[in-house]
Amino acid sequence: MRERVLYALGVAAALLLARNLYVILLVLPDEAEQGAIYRIIYFHLPAWFTCFAAFLAAGAASAGYLARNDSRYDALAVAATEVGLAFCTIGMVTGSIWARNQWGIWWTWDPRLTWALITTLVYGGYLMLRRAIEDPNERAKNTAVLSIFAFTSVVITYKAIDWWRTQHPGPVLSFRTGGGKIDPAMESMIYVNWAPFLMLAVVFVVVRMRQELARRELDALRRFAHAM
Amino acid sequence: MDERNFTYMFYGFAAVWAILAGYALTLAGRDRKIRREIENLKRLLEERERK
Repeated sequence: MRERVLYALGVAAALLLARNLYVILLVLPDEAEQGAIYRIIYFHLPAWFTCFAAFLAAGAASAGYLARNDSRYDALAVAATEVGLAFCTIGMVTGSIWARNQWGIWWTWDPRLTWALITTLVYGGYLMLRRAIEDPNERAKNTAVLSIFAFTSVVITYKAIDWWRTQHPGPVLSFRTGGGKIDPAMESMIYVNWAPFLMLAVVFVVVRMRQELARRELDALRRFAHAM
Repeated sequence: MDERNFTYMFYGFAAVWAILAGYALTLAGRDRKIRREIENLKRLLEERERK
């Protein structure tokens, strides 16, 4: 049953993405100054939203692990972090391509971009730290603490365009500005395209979490086999 | 559709699909590896039991 729900969610996400692509390319109007390139925003922002949601889930799961000492929480934390990093990569790459076209450069050390990079490195470091610690309990405990503290980097990344003057465009979404910065049809498409990203992220997290739990059982069985 | 900057838009969209497909393939590859390891372990345990 769960397997079917997972497949259904994946197929629904793919269909919704295809439908959204049609609307983004052929229905929505062009942006007056940027031409076609502005359409990257329909993937750039949903990717970052998904990434932040995944990192929030990883932080909550890490707190859950520290409170309950249940390895399923740790598996959820590592799965959400890895999936969050995949969406973070989409955000970084699409942003960089947009910047190359609009600013003439792939990268600049602007506060928003720099904090986005720091967030990527911190969560990448989380995954590397997991490989470096042999003992499963120590690994889960240490990385859970890191994951909780790492979320401060997500908050700073999110608020960077409010706190500092940045080359990166300032807030445009109406829940941050009160409205008037972006056409409502364009803004709603950002949220509509966030839905399939979230659905895909859920599928990825569940699959990755199962793999993590299977890997643990496998390691325990291997130790048992060697002890026989 | 206004075709200004179309090439870069295409690069951006292609990057999204490539990253999503790449990650999905990585997950599928890991799944296969875990299944293979389980099979190997089962075989190892059966051999040990026979001895």
